[in-house]
Order: sequence, then C-alpha cells, then structure tokens
Amino acid sequence: MSLATSHQDAPTLPVGGAVEDYWALLKPRVMSLSIFTAFVGMIAAPGEINPFIAGIALLAIAVGAGASGALNMWYDADIDAEMQRTRARPIPRGRVMPDDALAFGTVLSVLSVLTLGLLVNYTAGALLGLTIAFYIFVYTMWLKRRTPQNIVIGGAAGAFPPMIGWAAVTGGVSIESILLFAIIFIWTPPHFWALALYRCRDYERVGVPMLPVAAGAKATRFQILAYSALMAPLGVAPAFTTLAGPIYGVFAAVLGAIFLWRAYDVYRIEDGRDADAAAKRLFAFSILYLFLIFGGILVDQIVARVLA
Amino acid sequence: MAEEAEKTELATTELDDAQKRARRMRNIAIGLSLAGLVVIFYVATLVRLGANALNKPY
Repeated sequence: MSLATSHQDAPTLPVGGAVEDYWALLKPRVMSLSIFTAFVGMIAAPGEINPFIAGIALLAIAVGAGASGALNMWYDADIDAEMQRTRARPIPRGRVMPDDALAFGTVLSVLSVLTLGLLVNYTAGALLGLTIAFYIFVYTMWLKRRTPQNIVIGGAAGAFPPMIGWAAVTGGVSIESILLFAIIFIWTPPHFWALALYRCRDYERVGVPMLPVAAGAKATRFQILAYSALMAPLGVAPAFTTLAGPIYGVFAAVLGAIFLWRAYDVYRIEDGRDADAAAKRLFAFSILYLFLIFGGILVDQIVARVLA
Repeated sequence: MAEEAEKTELATTELDDAQKRARRMRNIAIGLSLAGLVVIFYVATLVRLGANALNKPY
C-alpha cells in the first residue's frame, strides 16, 4: 500500500489551531496571578528600575508562566482528555496538535528566559528558567503522577514569580522575597486540595495520586487545616519586615482568620453536598485571599511612598 | 507511469475557509510578536545605554 494519495483521497492533515487556542494554551488565568504577584514583588523591592525595563520583566515573566502552561498541557494531554475540568483544553479538543504545543511552549520558554536575562538581569532570568524547569520536569513529569505530595513540592513553581519580580529590581534574593515565596508555597496545598476534594473522582479515574485519592478525604481535610494554620501567621509576617506595616498586619490577620474558619468548615463537614460546598467556598476564598494579601502589600508600599 | 507519478505525490489537504483564516491570523500573530521583540530589544538597548548611547570614542 502506498503512503502517497491523490488530492481527492488526501487524509485530513493537522492544520493548526486558531490564535485563541494558542492563547488558551498559556493558561491566562494562572498567568494573570503570576503577573500580579511578580508586580508586587517589583514594587516592594528596594531600589529603582526603569519603567520600560520593568514592563519587559513583567512581560517575560508572563510569557514564561504561559509557556510552562503550554508544556504542561502538552505532557498531560492524555489525562486532560479524561478529566471533566480539563477536557475542553485545546489539545484534547483536537484544536492544537501536541507537537505544535510542545514547539510553542519551548520557543516561548527560551525566548522569555533569554529576554529577561539579557535585558533585565541574569539572576531574574535564571530564576525564571528554574521556575519553568521546576514546573515541567519536577512537578509535571516527575511528581504529579507519582506522589500525593506532588502539589506540595510542585507548588514552588507558582511561588517564584514575586521572587523573580524582586530580583528584576535588586539583582538578588533576600529574606523578604523568600517570605513572599513562602506565602504562596504554603498557600498552594490548601488551595489545590480544596479543589481536589470535590474533583476527587476526576483524579481517581486518571490515576493521579492527589491527596484525597491516595490518603482519603479525612486525611486531606486535616492537612488542609494544618497548612492553613501555618499559612495564616505567615501572611501576617510581611508586617514585621520592610514589605508592609502594621495596618497591613491587621488586615492580613483578619484574612487569615477567615481562611482558617473556612478551612475548619472543610475539616468539620465530612459528608454530603455541604462538604463539597465547604470545599468550594474555601477554594474560592483562597484565590481572593492571595489576591488581597499581595494587594495589601502593594497598597501599603504605594501609601508609604506617597507619605514619604 | 501515471501510477508512479501518483506514488511520488505528497499527501496534502485542502484548507477550508476557516482553516485559511486561522492560518492567516497565526501568521499575523507570529509576525507582530517578532516585530514586537525587535522593538523591545531596540528600545531596551537605548534605555540601558542611556546617555552613553551618544558616547562614541572612535
């Protein structure tokens, strides 16, 4: 049998997706959180940066974060197709070919790291490269399908952007930028496990050992509460550094208390629709919490500069 | 002979209008991105050199 065919019998060849499909590969919602936290890291950092260079840094961080998303979707296309939450992504829908997504993600990764390294500074570029490598090789390829601690360790990738923003201004890493990293790092497990609790069947079906699948809902509820108890005081900690002042401290303490209260609800309500509802409430609030914590640091910095 | 010619013909496909439009939009997006990258590197070089851009010691 010949591989060659006439025009009329030609098989449908992959022709590539529309621009919006490639945009969806970048996980724009995740990207927006990275941009925001990186921006706060830049504003909070001591020193000055040219606004145009700052814009380039944010753009490179955004593109790097998006490229990680595209590479993650390329690698996880098989399980994405089976999961309700992810089956509408461009690769499972057949809108973008896996090889195209791989090329797209790789080119953007390289360009974003080079741009940040050459035009801003090498520390920021190296941190962005580390973030992308960590998300793809450590989380997506190594941990995600092997251990229930996947999200705990893999969460580091999402925690790097404020540290990169800080490094873009200062050229280095300091205790303050490590604190910003730590807030997101400790926030990630309760945030993601709240989602995993009510999406448990999805992960079970595809054999991804998320904590509710591997250790059960009860253990997950306890872990959520434990991480929340660790995270609430950590959210207040910037008030004791140059990152923010006492008003922020009170604000963060209130937010942390609400987070803990929601986490306790998840721990307390074990069965039925109320349990799912509690997990959904915690998941929704966790996004708002992170936005408000970083927003609080941003406002504190701006007010401090206006008053200075 | 005709059979031989048919064997060497490449497998191709006819794009419909939507696919052609998608390809055109992708090409425009790639073109704009590359042009944007050139502008970014050009302006960033001027910004980083600052006043030294006018300092030509030759």
